[in-house]
Amino acid sequence: MAAITTHQLVKEFTGGVRAVDGLDLTIEDGEFFALLGPSGCGKTTLLRTIAGLEGATEGRLFIGERDVTDLPPGERQVAMVFQDYALFPHMSVADNIAYPLKIQKVSKGSRLATAEETADGLSLNGLTGRRPGQLSGGQQQRVALARAVASNPQVFLFDEPLSNLDARLRLEARTFLKRLQQDLGVTTVFVTHDQAEALALADRMAIMKDGQIQQIGSPREVFAEPANTFVAGFVGSTPMNLNPAVIKDGRVEVAGASMPLPPSAEGQVVDDDEVIWGARPEYIRWSPTRTDDAVEGEVTVVENLGAAALVTMEADGVFLHLVVDEDDEPAPGTRGWAVPRHNRTLLFDAAGGELIQG
Amino acid sequence: MRLMSSIRIDETDPMATVKALLSRIGLYLFAVLIGLFFAVPMLWLLTAPFDASPGLNVAWPSFTLDNFKGVFENPRAVTSLRNSLVLAVVATGCVVVSAAFAGYALSRVRIPGRNLLLYMLMLFSAVVSGTATMVPTFLLIYEIGLINTHTGVVLILTGGMLPTALFILKDFMDSVPRSYEESAQVAGASSIQVLKDIVVPVVRPGLAVIAVWALVNIWGDFLTPFILLRSADLYPAAVVIYNFYDETGRPDLSLVSAFAFLYSIPVVLMYLFVNARYGFRFHGGIKR
Ligand SMILES: Nc1ncnc2c1ncn2[C@@H]1O[C@H](COP(=O)(O)OP(=O)(O)O)[C@@H](O)[C@H]1O
Ligand SMILES: [Mg+2]
Repeated sequence: MAAITTHQLVKEFTGGVRAVDGLDLTIEDGEFFALLGPSGCGKTTLLRTIAGLEGATEGRLFIGERDVTDLPPGERQVAMVFQDYALFPHMSVADNIAYPLKIQKVSKGSRLATAEETADGLSLNGLTGRRPGQLSGGQQQRVALARAVASNPQVFLFDEPLSNLDARLRLEARTFLKRLQQDLGVTTVFVTHDQAEALALADRMAIMKDGQIQQIGSPREVFAEPANTFVAGFVGSTPMNLNPAVIKDGRVEVAGASMPLPPSAEGQVVDDDEVIWGARPEYIRWSPTRTDDAVEGEVTVVENLGAAALVTMEADGVFLHLVVDEDDEPAPGTRGWAVPRHNRTLLFDAAGGELIQG
Repeated sequence: MRLMSSIRIDETDPMATVKALLSRIGLYLFAVLIGLFFAVPMLWLLTAPFDASPGLNVAWPSFTLDNFKGVFENPRAVTSLRNSLVLAVVATGCVVVSAAFAGYALSRVRIPGRNLLLYMLMLFSAVVSGTATMVPTFLLIYEIGLINTHTGVVLILTGGMLPTALFILKDFMDSVPRSYEESAQVAGASSIQVLKDIVVPVVRPGLAVIAVWALVNIWGDFLTPFILLRSADLYPAAVVIYNFYDETGRPDLSLVSAFAFLYSIPVVLMYLFVNARYGFRFHGGIKR
């Protein structure tokens, strides 16, 4: 087990695409670290660079105390689970799991015993004689995990291992993965484009965009204090409302209403500053009657979320989203007030999109 | 079958029914004739070797195994079968091994104009071991001092088969996901281990197809050994069979038929084996 450290890591592909662009990152020993970002932001490339499948163009990479920048993949003591699982179709499940041990020249009896034991631990008992093609998607995914676990690495690298499962199975596999990582305590880098997965699993997470890291923090920090508008819009099951606003008389003028300053921005802005006012839909309440410090508008769309509804409201030419409990659901066309929890609102710099905070 | 069912019998008109019936009978007769035309030589190959006095007709044999005794007592026949075996096995080995390495490399390394290169090779290969290059092939092998050796024959045969084999195998290699190899690499496997443990087993049906195809082609090849070999004791079966005459200059049919029978057995067996085990598929062959 070991920490992973990168110093100014760069991966530039021929043709000039900088998929990883000057990354400084420390992933602590034993940590479950999620790399979150939209498709094409360089997550896979970073993971492959850590694994050694891509050579770094610039910068250094450490696993524990070892500088592994120039080591081939086989000598880095990492195990990778690929998005397509990459199980060998011509080998039985047991042989698949035992393959890394075979390369490490572990004797046949001992490596097959390890394979059986690992398979048992991952609820694959009785399946070790089958070929991967005879397994369900969830079972294949666990075989890929078992192969990683059996090789006893210092680091796990997971590239969207849940994305090929259907929604229900994905939840199950997610819990399973979290428990497995807690039991083993192996440093884990988990790549995903699904913010819910990252929030649910990670001890800490990094949000990437265009090869650069936008923010690193615990899921709670990232959710509560997104470093910029990109993170604010990307993290959260419904994107944060981000509306242009102006500071007037120590208050925020937004969507034709006047709101108190968010506590985090107090003392950081002056009158006439142009800002972006951010409020998560979950933190905005619906009120059919006039309320202070609220935005008045008309309901245009109501989307069912099950126990709640996502309501879109038009106010003074801008749109606000709010999550409303099923019992209070307004009908489209209704006029009413959107009441934010002001201690949860945020201000971002209008030019750069950075969070304004003290 | 499609032809048959397309002739519909109209039950309301008796004349039409008769007409349709007649045309159907005619069609069947025609099909049988065509079938016979192709079946007779095969039947001859099955009956003549067991006939005490084989002719050029198909007849119920007066059963004997003497013809085979004749073959095994003829030293040239036995030597030639052994020569054929050696040539076929060695050249097939060369084709499969070099096509596997080259196909893998071509599939994995990005070379500009890679497909053009492959098509050109294909085009030339049709020429290399063919009639058009008889003279240059002879001169080339003569100049490098390999005339009248099996090595020379193997080289020319391998060269002739390689491009097509390469073309088919590259396609098989393309179908092996990169992630298989990478996952072995991360586990610490060397390039040779990746090839041996992952790539070769996954493309094994392709290798089998290439092997059988090469073996059958080399086994049946007449021209190359005929041009390049001088001494009768180096001749493979295909060349020797052409020399089975009796003193009067007529083909020795009892020897030829039994020899031909033995000569065709390995090919049939190979085909049956590979077909049962892997099934023949050429994987699209030409894509894009
Ligand atoms: N082998 C490659 N050659 C050139 N560009 C690549 C290669 N692999 C990825 N890229 C580019 O690098 C960027 C990041 O890709 P990737 O790491 O796969 O993103 P993600 O996994 O976040 O979706 C993309 O713009 C992609 O087009
Ligand atoms: Mg990816």
